[in-house]
Amino acid sequence: MNSFPERLHQMKKGQKAKVSKLEGPDAVVKKFLEMGLMEEVHVEVIHEAPFTKDPFAIRVRGGLLGLSRQDAKHVVVKKV
Amino acid sequence: MNGSNDAIHDAYIALVGTPNCGKTTLFNALTGSRQKVANYPGVTVERKEGILATPNGSKYKVLDLPGVYSLNPSTQDQKVTHDVLVGESIGDSKPSFLLVVADATHLERGLGLILELKSLKIPMVLAINMIDLARKGKVEIDSALLAKELDVFVFPVSASKREGMNELIQSIEDNFSKHQTFHDNRLSLSEKDFSGNSPQQIRFRLQEVDRILHKVRKDQGQPFQWTDRIDRIVLHPLWGTLLLVAVLFFVFQSVFNWASYPMDWIEQGIGYITQFLQSILPSGVFKNFLIDGVIAGVGSVLVFLPQILLIFFFILLLEDSGYMARAAFLMDQHMKRAGLHGRAFIPLLSSFACAIPGIMATRTIDRPRDRLITILIAPLMTCSARLPVYTLLISAFVPNQVIWGPIRLQGVVMFGLYLLGVVSALLVAWILKKTLLRGPVSHFMLEMPTYKWPNFRSIVIGMLERGKIFLRRAGTTIMVVAMLIWFFSSYPKPPQNITAQENPIRYSFAGRIGHAIEPAIRPLGFDWSIGFGLLTAMAAREVMVSSLATVYSVENQNGDSTLKLSEIIQQRWGVATGLSLLIYFVFAMQCFSTLAVARRETNSLKWPMVMFGYMTALAYGASFITYRLAVYFTA
Repeated sequence: MNSFPERLHQMKKGQKAKVSKLEGPDAVVKKFLEMGLMEEVHVEVIHEAPFTKDPFAIRVRGGLLGLSRQDAKHVVVKKV
Repeated sequence: MNGSNDAIHDAYIALVGTPNCGKTTLFNALTGSRQKVANYPGVTVERKEGILATPNGSKYKVLDLPGVYSLNPSTQDQKVTHDVLVGESIGDSKPSFLLVVADATHLERGLGLILELKSLKIPMVLAINMIDLARKGKVEIDSALLAKELDVFVFPVSASKREGMNELIQSIEDNFSKHQTFHDNRLSLSEKDFSGNSPQQIRFRLQEVDRILHKVRKDQGQPFQWTDRIDRIVLHPLWGTLLLVAVLFFVFQSVFNWASYPMDWIEQGIGYITQFLQSILPSGVFKNFLIDGVIAGVGSVLVFLPQILLIFFFILLLEDSGYMARAAFLMDQHMKRAGLHGRAFIPLLSSFACAIPGIMATRTIDRPRDRLITILIAPLMTCSARLPVYTLLISAFVPNQVIWGPIRLQGVVMFGLYLLGVVSALLVAWILKKTLLRGPVSHFMLEMPTYKWPNFRSIVIGMLERGKIFLRRAGTTIMVVAMLIWFFSSYPKPPQNITAQENPIRYSFAGRIGHAIEPAIRPLGFDWSIGFGLLTAMAAREVMVSSLATVYSVENQNGDSTLKLSEIIQQRWGVATGLSLLIYFVFAMQCFSTLAVARRETNSLKWPMVMFGYMTALAYGASFITYRLAVYFTA
């Protein structure tokens, strides 16, 4: 069995998870929070850019957020 | 408070909301075309001000603040909004009233902002916009309960359908003069402070938003059903990419094809005016000044107005519908390689028509550094003003031999010049990112807004606004430059006794400057007449063609007058000179208008100078190499 991704940037299209922790510099965390990405919210990867699959788009709090995999490394996730 | 003049000047309404909440549409619905667009002092953020005239005859000044998710002054937009709202702005006093706008289909975002705004203690009302879309998506919001929870007046509206606007305007009138809209007896909520922008404080706000939403949103509905369906194609790895290519191709084609008709009309119109003035004005300085200076100069720039309007029509359409964010999403990885943001590709695409709208369109890029890089490389895109020059030089110096099937050498060279522009622009961007504009790489993080039908009214208002800015420039800066160029190429007049072989233009300032700079441009294979042409072409690149025509027609008075310009230069210059000039035009900053716009948009003299400097250096170097190589191979 594949282990469940530990961080948001490892998630593939169609996968769902729950945010357990936001790490990284304050500026990035603030930006996440402004976009509604917070501990305990559900996320689902809806789209991936062609070729590199980066950036990708996640559903969060009813909205669709496009973000780079680089930034997504700061988001620790857990299985729903 | 009725609309006395004093009231309009001092007290005003600030329009605040998150990006994509339909704030601009609401602003347009409130103020119509009574708008004034400028920049905030010292920054490149657009400042939009309008007048709301109510049915009762009152007038209020409305300031449309940049869309923000919070008051955290980390980006330039947010800093402007923050500074105005807390009264730290240089140009604007603290607003006396806030009209907060939230997206009904996505209340999460807007509520966080209004909780923060409440700590400012400015009277406010909340407009829940796009209520029609929310209803369609079966989202049910109890606005009365929301008003109670937030302790502000709440109005569900649809700015694009003009629904609920009367009630909103009425409430603004009722509450504008009051110093408090809060019910002071209800302190339970006001005791909690939701201001501040530490991560912990934002979390605190989000929890409060969740608590309120849980109470007031009876049904979450499915407002994104349609958006999801559309995105399945638009963001599909294969279909989405193909669609983007098709959209770009369509925009590109229409800007060139559709615009060519009105451009012809403008050219004809200018021709008629010129003829008319030719026939009625007495010969003399004033006539020459008016026809060759003012009309020819302004006319050569005015021709681009249809292209500029069309480009902005498409940009606003793509932006308003929600497609632009998707296009940026798809393009990001390609742009990133050159150190550019995904959003930079539309301004760069526009620059193929003209760098001026391209530079103006960089306003959609949030980060100042990313925006600056895009502005600096925009003039390297092959604009349509280069086309007449390319056409002339290619027809004179590139043989039209068949390469393969329908492909001919001249066409290949033309394509190669376009490609050279793009490639060098990306290279320069990459270098800038590594040197002058070094900084942390900005990663893509962008909300994909709900799709909606574009608001035609808003698009037209936005398009005309851009057109006005362009015309104002054509009427001022560009006109002055055109007049100067005319003056410098007309005066001083040649002495009476010049021989027929001598060219009277030699005696003009421009001719003399052409001669003076000849030693500097000689290594590129250019003589004084090309130098003269390059000077005059600072007004607009295509002026090069008419300048050369002027110089050689004067010189050729005694010769064969049936020769075409391309044949004349073919005889006079060598192939090496022709190719060198061609390459020079790929890189050279031969456009005063672009520099003026860059100055306006960056609010500095430094960046236009950097632009001019690096482009001139590139042009000189590339031309020199081209000339030397061409001389070597043709010798």
